[in-house]
Amino acid sequence: MNQPLITLDSLIEPIDFDALAKTAQSGGCSTSSCGSSAKPDDMDAGVWDRIKDHPCYSEEAHHYFARMHVAVAPACNIQCNYCIRNYDCANESRPGVVSEKLTPDQAVRKIIAVANEVPQLSVLGIAGPGDSCYDWKKTRATFDAIVKEIPDIKLCLSTNGLALPDHVDELMEMNVDHVTITINMVDPEIGAKIYPWIFYQNKRWTGLEASKLLHERQMLGLEMLSTRGILTKINSVMIPGINDEHLLEVNKWVKARGAFLHNIMPLISAAEHGTHFGLTGQRGPKPMELKALQDRLEGGAKLMRHCRQCRADAVGLLGEDRGQEFTLQQIPEDVSYDPSKREAYRDVVAKERGDQLAAKSDAVDTVKSIGTSTGGGSLLVAVATKGGGRINEHFGHAKEFQVYEAGRKGIQFVGHRKVENYCMGGFGEDASLEGIIEMLDGIDLVLCSKIGDCPEAMLKAAGIRATDAYAFDYIEAAIGREYAEAFGVEFEAAVA
Amino acid sequence: MAFKIVVSQCTVCGACEFECPSGAIRFKGDTYVIDPKTCTECEGSFDTQQCNAVCPVPNTCIKAAA
Ligand code: SF4
Ligand code: SF4
Ligand code: SF4
Repeated sequence: MNQPLITLDSLIEPIDFDALAKTAQSGGCSTSSCGSSAKPDDMDAGVWDRIKDHPCYSEEAHHYFARMHVAVAPACNIQCNYCIRNYDCANESRPGVVSEKLTPDQAVRKIIAVANEVPQLSVLGIAGPGDSCYDWKKTRATFDAIVKEIPDIKLCLSTNGLALPDHVDELMEMNVDHVTITINMVDPEIGAKIYPWIFYQNKRWTGLEASKLLHERQMLGLEMLSTRGILTKINSVMIPGINDEHLLEVNKWVKARGAFLHNIMPLISAAEHGTHFGLTGQRGPKPMELKALQDRLEGGAKLMRHCRQCRADAVGLLGEDRGQEFTLQQIPEDVSYDPSKREAYRDVVAKERGDQLAAKSDAVDTVKSIGTSTGGGSLLVAVATKGGGRINEHFGHAKEFQVYEAGRKGIQFVGHRKVENYCMGGFGEDASLEGIIEMLDGIDLVLCSKIGDCPEAMLKAAGIRATDAYAFDYIEAAIGREYAEAFGVEFEAAVA
Repeated sequence: MAFKIVVSQCTVCGACEFECPSGAIRFKGDTYVIDPKTCTECEGSFDTQQCNAVCPVPNTCIKAAA
């Protein structure tokens, strides 16, 4: 179980501002740099303005605001080879973890209960299992009911796109903020290897025909959203040997049609999930393969590297799942919305956000100038963090590491390395440490708040340096120092 | 003449319910069931049985033994 970000006790009335401030400082999201902190150069100012408070897209927002996904639309109109419907949709979740399926009424109760306890809540999404646009009545009922209760919540949904064109006008009317379309191909030949069938116009289609239809509907949906000014993100699942190279092409197509972000997710595949890919031994990409592809796409539609494929019923800041605290049995029959905590929280956050930004931008600038003047050596750093932009997690407790690249371009967040998936229970200590070391392939340096002598030595033997010297410092400030040391330039960052 | 749902395999996604042209499928207890009296096997509406065409689990919406 994850540590809760804020204990529920700390939130009982009257509002305790100190507790809220602490929450804000400790952060909740364990991702520091996921989107970007400053407006990226190739992004329209209007777009940036709309996403900067969205925890999925903006780094700053990511620290302080939370999103929640509810699984209210279980019916789907296509079959993906990476999905088996008894489990969650792989689009937005880890295969093999089942979400709580909710009716729209139950979902509304749950959302209100969460909004009352988690003041960070700012985004409500409808994602898999199932397709939000195909199982439309339930999607619509949930959104309609919740905006009546919490008018300032942002709405988003993700879809495979097949039924999307039918609902674009309603999405517009309903003020839906963002749409995510999962697009894995723009060539039906490739699609046929990913989608065995679709259900469209009262008929089941298979083979090339199925993928051709899906492709046309996806492009149409994307174009319709773009003309209406609804922000659209594209998710692609990277499937080695099937669409990995092809995603470069997908990137061009979706960029040309107005997608503002393109997010590459690794296929997660194992026989025990029972998916077609799992059973046929189709593997997922290795971390360095994923990064290599993302690097090549840089400069296409802006890439989002922080997507964690979190669970469909996830509650919390990215990377921090509190879903288990809010299962239906724990929620009273009658809940009514109390806006006071969310409002108070917003005030506190507004102050805290400034400090971290300042420390960060100093460090980034320094690295940039060192990187440029020394010819741009690069340093790949894995950080263990609980959030708040600080190095505040023990090496041994980390379920994932955040990877930063320092170099000519400054300090950039480049992705996650999950360790949990690869060293699940049942193995001895050494076995799991080996698994972690394997996951850290290519990393130069590990930063954490504490590390034992033994793991440190084992990492060293594998060519990876690890240190807890920067415990509780801001991530970028620490990386800046290390970078300066490695590349021989004096560096004084404000390590808070 | 009717279709039935193999309950042990049903994922309770509900797709068949809203695709059925005859309103023969309902959520009962904790699964979906087809009312054999209402089911028309989609005759007169579609060439293929909608429940079977949309169901994600193979051999789950099948012809009931007469
Ligand atoms: S799945 Fe990706 S897009 Fe959705 S909330 Fe998680 S990180 Fe954001
Ligand atoms: S066969 Fe047709 S009419 Fe009968 S239950 Fe299935 S969809 Fe409904
Ligand atoms: S479509 Fe199939 S899996 Fe879904 S509810 Fe109907 S019988 Fe069950």
